[in-house]
Amino acid sequence: MPQKRKKNGIGRTVGLIFLAFASLALIIKALMHGHNIALFNSKGMIAYDERNLIIFTAVVLLSVALPTLFVLFFTAWRYRESNSKATHNPNAVHNKLLVPAIWLIPTACMLVLALVMWPATHRLEPQKQIDESVEPLTIQVVSTRWKWLFIYPEQNIATVNFVQLPVNTPVEFELTADDAPMSSFWIPNLSGQLYTMTGMVNRLNLMATVAGDYPGSSAEINGAGFAEMKFTARASSRADFDQWVQQTKQSPKVLDAAAYSALLKPSENNPPAFYAATESGLYDTVVMRYMGPSDGHPNHSHGHHE
Amino acid sequence: MKEILLGKLNGHALPHEWFTIGGTVAFVLLALFAVIVLTWTKRWTWLWKEWLTSVDPKKIGIMYFLVAGFMLLRGGLDAIMIWLQQALSSGASHGYLSADHFQQIFTAHGNIMVFFVAMGFVFGLINYIVPLQIGARDLASPFLNTLGFWLYIGGVIMVNMFFALGGEYAATGWLAIAPLSETQFSPGVGVDYWIWSLQISGIGTTLGGINFVMTILKMRAKGMTLWKMPMFTWGSLCSMLMVITVFPLLTATLFLLFLDRYFGMHFFTTGSGGNAMMYTNLIWMWGHPEVYILVLPAFGVFSEVVSAFSRKRLASYKSQVAGLIGVTVFALSVWLHHFFTMGAGADVNAFFGVMTMVIAIPTSVLVFGWIATMYKGRIRFTTPMLWFLGFIATFSLGGLAGVMLAVPPADFQLHNSLFLVAHFHTMVIGGVLFGIFCGINYWFPKIAGFRLNERIGRYSFWFWIVGFFVAFVPLYVLGLMGATRRLDHYDASTGWQPLFIMSFIGGLIIMVGVALQVVQIIASVIQKRQLRDTTGDPWDGRTLEWATASPPPFYNFAVIPEVTTRDAYFEIKQNGGLPKPKYEDIRMPRNTAAGIYVAAFAFIASFAFVWHINWLAIAGIVGVILCLIIRTFNEDTEYTITAAEVEKLEERRQKKHAAAKPPEDAEDMGLWEFIKIVVTWALDVIRNKRWRTW
Repeated sequence: MPQKRKKNGIGRTVGLIFLAFASLALIIKALMHGHNIALFNSKGMIAYDERNLIIFTAVVLLSVALPTLFVLFFTAWRYRESNSKATHNPNAVHNKLLVPAIWLIPTACMLVLALVMWPATHRLEPQKQIDESVEPLTIQVVSTRWKWLFIYPEQNIATVNFVQLPVNTPVEFELTADDAPMSSFWIPNLSGQLYTMTGMVNRLNLMATVAGDYPGSSAEINGAGFAEMKFTARASSRADFDQWVQQTKQSPKVLDAAAYSALLKPSENNPPAFYAATESGLYDTVVMRYMGPSDGHPNHSHGHHE
Repeated sequence: MKEILLGKLNGHALPHEWFTIGGTVAFVLLALFAVIVLTWTKRWTWLWKEWLTSVDPKKIGIMYFLVAGFMLLRGGLDAIMIWLQQALSSGASHGYLSADHFQQIFTAHGNIMVFFVAMGFVFGLINYIVPLQIGARDLASPFLNTLGFWLYIGGVIMVNMFFALGGEYAATGWLAIAPLSETQFSPGVGVDYWIWSLQISGIGTTLGGINFVMTILKMRAKGMTLWKMPMFTWGSLCSMLMVITVFPLLTATLFLLFLDRYFGMHFFTTGSGGNAMMYTNLIWMWGHPEVYILVLPAFGVFSEVVSAFSRKRLASYKSQVAGLIGVTVFALSVWLHHFFTMGAGADVNAFFGVMTMVIAIPTSVLVFGWIATMYKGRIRFTTPMLWFLGFIATFSLGGLAGVMLAVPPADFQLHNSLFLVAHFHTMVIGGVLFGIFCGINYWFPKIAGFRLNERIGRYSFWFWIVGFFVAFVPLYVLGLMGATRRLDHYDASTGWQPLFIMSFIGGLIIMVGVALQVVQIIASVIQKRQLRDTTGDPWDGRTLEWATASPPPFYNFAVIPEVTTRDAYFEIKQNGGLPKPKYEDIRMPRNTAAGIYVAAFAFIASFAFVWHINWLAIAGIVGVILCLIIRTFNEDTEYTITAAEVEKLEERRQKKHAAAKPPEDAEDMGLWEFIKIVVTWALDVIRNKRWRTW
């Protein structure tokens, strides 16, 4: 049964495995040909903090996992049956420290992680405002099938599949959904994602630090138009943002009940749209529609609210 | 009238897309082929009496293997279709699948791989091995076991039903998260097929869980205390305890979704007070433990294999058992990490993050225990051992990614991305599937009476492991690049396509590995004289399953050995082998078709619910209840084999083994030799028109 193997068979295998992993890394590097790794290419404060946390976690884990893997594969190789130099002792009694060690090493590793993770989770809680002393710019987000509606209540404008925000300004997205399954609002360069759900408001606070166009999408499957439910998030200077608001106010379109009703109709791959004004209280109506005791099927009521 | 008779079922439902028509034709041809072969060889009665109605856990285990293996090919085909679509569908190209079709495929892929491949194999292994390991002749309730198996088969048929009859499959992702799975957003029958396929197979799983917990707790050989139980049995016990704990949750959740969809209720709907977040919580309260249900028996397999092939007692046995129990307990309190992004708040998220990290501790203990077992061992690098080492390489990568996902702020970025997809594939393929392959290679001689070809087994392992890294490392990178899962199309500007193509190539390499596994089995059958195991103990094993013949007689043990230490059979061998047997009467359960009937009626009811045929649903439910009642009145469910008969059977087998030529000391057949043999055989058949004599 034991296979006949050449003497250095396993040693060579180990070398081959290292070579294989190195070439795997090189091939992947080549295939990426310069495209950025969004999660490491953070353009916002929150994303940057989250990036550092990802890297920190990976480093802590690798510092335990790599030596463990090395010891494991080395042990397997060292005590192979054909190795006459190793001491094979089927009755080997283990050191008394073995059991405490195998429990304490992972516990210590996880303790380190947990001690970093607990405060980080509180610091990076999406609902928490970036700076308590500054009132953030509020942007209300409604996910419908299959597009993103952005309402700027203070500026009284609205957009579809495009959102612009000023850099170095805390922004609070108020996320909800209307007549749509759960979706997930995600701009990887600026911050992590959060779900949008009917009748619920989730708050996602972030702050862009570098101007630029960043892709956003729904990370959660929500039906046929899911893959094309994308938007661009443009971070710009304050002046550019103000100018853009003024420009949008010149748009011929207005987000009234009829326009909103049209947005609720399922459609895919919608181009960006800009609305000069919105019906007042539209967002609250959208949220509250699902709150009543017996509000019936939302399909019957949309477009008729005050 | 037509609506009352047939519900929503009408001509429009019949297959009309290329993939359903193709599937239908393939399934019908396959069924026809099976029918022809069975009729030709006059095997119908044999099939019914020896296999389908059998209550022997060994036969049921083999049937689980066959069905799960077949479903592995079916789910693998889905995987290749997913990979191909994503490799093609960049920028102007939209690939060859519509979004809806693509979504159905990955939903089916997930369901098939988890419920019908992984669960099928795990139940197969548990069925075959656990009774042998604990020195039992059958299970606590042989009837529940056959019923559970046939309900599983019902689920298998249901998940493929749309091929035969039409309609569509769910396009919602494998857990059909509400409200997407509600009638409002998924009006077709796809989600109903999903519900009932999982519902009936899930009930089968619950029954299996109850049965195996009873069996392990009550039917161990004399002297086998819990602290002397083999690790695979421990892993199975923990896994089955978890089944009993969480599968009723799945049943209830599916039932609530069914009420919503069938009767227009509002548990998880968007309006009228429905709460979709409740669905997400409920389904993950089951869904997270489900992965541990799969992986705990795999951990047990690895512990057995490492110990056997290091020729050493398992080190830190009690810590390992504590590790398994720890995983079992903590697995119940981590479900929320699947949706940190729902916005539960920092305290809740951080709590579940900590719990998830805690679960990494017992898992690491198992790994350290394996290292300590190999230390100063005498390690044989057989294929099971290779699968173990492959598991370590992949599982540590996946575990690392898993702990990263357990940090809520990191999860906000990694969740729903391909990083997550790569993570759980690493766990389920690297952990569960490799564990199953390891176990099958290890126990195959016990099951078949001859061991598997080592050489081709090694080839298949290397294709699997290389393909695995080529396929899934790019997915980790893609996730970090911001690629979300389940995309049927993406912009060319993202630069993702080369990595998707690389992943697809990795998938093809894995397929070669799968093909080689099939070749491995065929080659072993061809060469079975050389590979024959006449001793019952080909690996110099340590646990009781090696104390009986290969394959074991239907009563497992003529005389149940007494257990004094943990590595029971190793100890027996050290002390001069099994004592001269003193035979006694054996009580064995009778075969029964009741499980088939109950499952058939359950299937009919489910099918009727899918298509809203009320009368048929009622008929199905009544049928289930009647069959169960009739079965309970059957008191003649056991028979006795007298000691004399046992002695005769044992003697006959010993004679047969003695007559069998001892294994020749030949090398295992290589690929080239295999091809030569097959080609020669085929040429011979054609030249000499051998089919005439078949």
